Amino acid sequence: MEIDDPRPIPEPARLAVPPPQSGLRPAAFEQPDLPLTDPSVLTAPIMVKVERLNLFYGEKQALFDINLSVARNSVMSFIGPSGCGKSTLLRCLNRMNDLIDDVRIEGRALLGDADLYAPETDVIALRKRAGMVFQKSNPFPKSIFENVAYGLRIQGEGNSKVLEEAVERSLMGAGLWDEVKDRLKDSAQGLSGGQQQRLCIARTLAVRPEVILMDEPCSALDPIATARVEELILELKRDFTIVIVTHNMQQAARVSDHTAFFWMGKLIETGLTEKMFTNPGQRMTEDYITGRFG
Amino acid sequence: MSRLVESFRRGGVFVWLSGTTLAFCLAMILGLVGYLAAKGMGYFWPRPLVQVQTATGPVLGEITGQEPARGEETAKIQFRVGNRDIFGQDFRWIPTAGLAAPTFPKDAILIERLEYGPFIGRIVSLSHEGRVVATGPAAFSEALNRLPEAGRLRRQIHSIEKGRVGDLNQRIERVRLSRRKLEAGGDTAGLQALDAKAADLQTAYDQLQASLEQSRAQARAWTLGLQTADGQTKDCPLGSVVRVVPANAMTPFGKLGVYLSRLWEFVADDPRESNTEGGIFPAIFGTVMMVLVMSVLVVPLGVITALYLREYARQGWLVRAVRVAVNNLAGVPSIVFGVFGLGFFVYGVGGGIDSLFFSETLPTPTYGTGGILWASLTLALLTVPVVVVATEEALGAVARSQREASLAMGATKWQTLWNVVLPSATPGILTGLILAVARGAGEVAPLMLTGVVKLAPSMPMDGSFPFLHLDRKFMHLGFHIYDVGFQSPNSEAAKPMVFMTAFLLLLVVVILNLFALNLRRKLRARLGGSTF
Repeated sequence: MEIDDPRPIPEPARLAVPPPQSGLRPAAFEQPDLPLTDPSVLTAPIMVKVERLNLFYGEKQALFDINLSVARNSVMSFIGPSGCGKSTLLRCLNRMNDLIDDVRIEGRALLGDADLYAPETDVIALRKRAGMVFQKSNPFPKSIFENVAYGLRIQGEGNSKVLEEAVERSLMGAGLWDEVKDRLKDSAQGLSGGQQQRLCIARTLAVRPEVILMDEPCSALDPIATARVEELILELKRDFTIVIVTHNMQQAARVSDHTAFFWMGKLIETGLTEKMFTNPGQRMTEDYITGRFG
Repeated sequence: MSRLVESFRRGGVFVWLSGTTLAFCLAMILGLVGYLAAKGMGYFWPRPLVQVQTATGPVLGEITGQEPARGEETAKIQFRVGNRDIFGQDFRWIPTAGLAAPTFPKDAILIERLEYGPFIGRIVSLSHEGRVVATGPAAFSEALNRLPEAGRLRRQIHSIEKGRVGDLNQRIERVRLSRRKLEAGGDTAGLQALDAKAADLQTAYDQLQASLEQSRAQARAWTLGLQTADGQTKDCPLGSVVRVVPANAMTPFGKLGVYLSRLWEFVADDPRESNTEGGIFPAIFGTVMMVLVMSVLVVPLGVITALYLREYARQGWLVRAVRVAVNNLAGVPSIVFGVFGLGFFVYGVGGGIDSLFFSETLPTPTYGTGGILWASLTLALLTVPVVVVATEEALGAVARSQREASLAMGATKWQTLWNVVLPSATPGILTGLILAVARGAGEVAPLMLTGVVKLAPSMPMDGSFPFLHLDRKFMHLGFHIYDVGFQSPNSEAAKPMVFMTAFLLLLVVVILNLFALNLRRKLRARLGGSTF
């Protein structure tokens, strides 16, 4: 399947020294042993763990030696300029990058205690454990009910009682039940953008994943719909572990417990969101967060 | 000058150019359809019967054409004089020079008959078993009264011949075949039982034939005494009269009645007189059924091929080569497909089926000869590139986000294809089918080798078990055009039939396409905002 790479890889990604830009401190690149992970993360039970992960699109390297941990029932946000590899890393966590032909991955990624890239891993079973919400809402051209029931149906669930229960529970979980309970048989395409995105979240919830991966879930939504999704994320945190990619600094600050800042395929800094936004360890992080580049 | 440049810059010229081109195409298409309709539809309207006096005697007939004087040739009028059994030809050219004013005799009639084309002349008498019952105008009105009854009797005889006699024949044939099997096995008890059965069937057959003979005699009892314009007489059994048209004495409403009845006969009846008269219903039926069978075969074939090419095959030079090859299949002359169908399907597959399952009827082939199944399969091969290309396009146009959403839910690739991709691609697949139907319905050449015949004794679908007879030969509108127009002994008389048949073929294609279009519209509405 020919799939054009959704995110362009910056040309100079393999340069040891970044191009001379104002406010950048090359030191960040020359000190790979900086404390990249906040110690507090390590004390909580770990849900997702990435170890020395390198990713190549053909000859181009897109991710460089990523080490990262996400604690259970927390929200981790990935921030960074376009093309920095944050979405690529997110898609490594449910192996969506497998769909792209020329991808090569080195290193380890763990979901719970399962090694994602071990040869014996069942990708299908894995994706059930790591649900995904995409940048643009993508409901299937089916009814609202069938959209939410889809994940269970493909697992072979045919009992309508079970399906109905799961659909109701998931729609409630996504805060959409009251809005659509009277028109479950209507096409999902008739919903508004924000409703569609929450439907996609409900669809993901229906299969009861452990981790929900969100790839800029609010980038196509208006502020009110965005606020609703953000509230939802905070609620979902109780039951799920969430990793969210966002371009919106305020959003990262509002919803996430931990933040990871990427730049040109490298993880520059990660830590508690509060600390990252008030007292970042790296000059580059500060520059990015304060809008001096990016 | 600058205004021209400005117009170029704004593209006004090109808007006009494209509009003109579209108008030109539309005019061509409408012109073609209109020409066919005008030439064909007018044929059924009863035309006046004109009588003129020539040096050799009076001539009565419909005026069908005229030619102006050209060089040494004088101006001429073409008369359709009918009476092929008496005059030997349907048409006569008569020089206009010195011709007295034409008359329109009120008592002139045109009689459509089962044989020898129309009779044009006058009714003299009506007799019952050789005894004259009425003469002159009384004979005409009496004949009109008796005509419906005669027609009913004719249709009854026809349906017995086709239905019960055919049925009995089939059963006798089956007994004969099982006899042959038992003879080989040497089962004497079984043979005796079969003999008894055969005797029963034979008795039933004889009885049926006797009653048929009686009906036929009844149909022959009433005869019309006819006279042509130049005084020759002719007897015609009332049973073989299809329609009596006193064209000069009719009101416009009467003419309209004749028109509609002729039109209905054309659409709904069997052909007569080696296809130059009567209807073309078997050809319409054969065409529609062949297209339907072809659609049923071509869609799975094309869609599965496209699925593999697009979704499963590793994209490389091999797949590219296959794709080019498939696209080029569309350019292969259709007669080549016909030859392939004949060699592979008819002789190869059909012959194999016969020797495996129908060996008792050999050497008479069952599937080893042309039939609607082989013709449809051949056309399915012919049209499969269209479906493959359209399906590939449709698959490619399904949003990647949809596939990702499904895969991210833990669906396998096949589940994603089946539940998400294919439903979204269905309108595009239907587009392919529409194109395939348009292409397939109009093909003639490959059919001539794989199953079409001039006159099929029975339809590929009827009331006798197993109802669908895919091994049967069939009639086809396209072939009918060729046959009637260029292979018939009397193509001049059948010319309007050709126009009408072509018009109907167009109509059939349009109707089939409308069905598919409607289906696609509904699907699109259900999918909402699909690009295809």
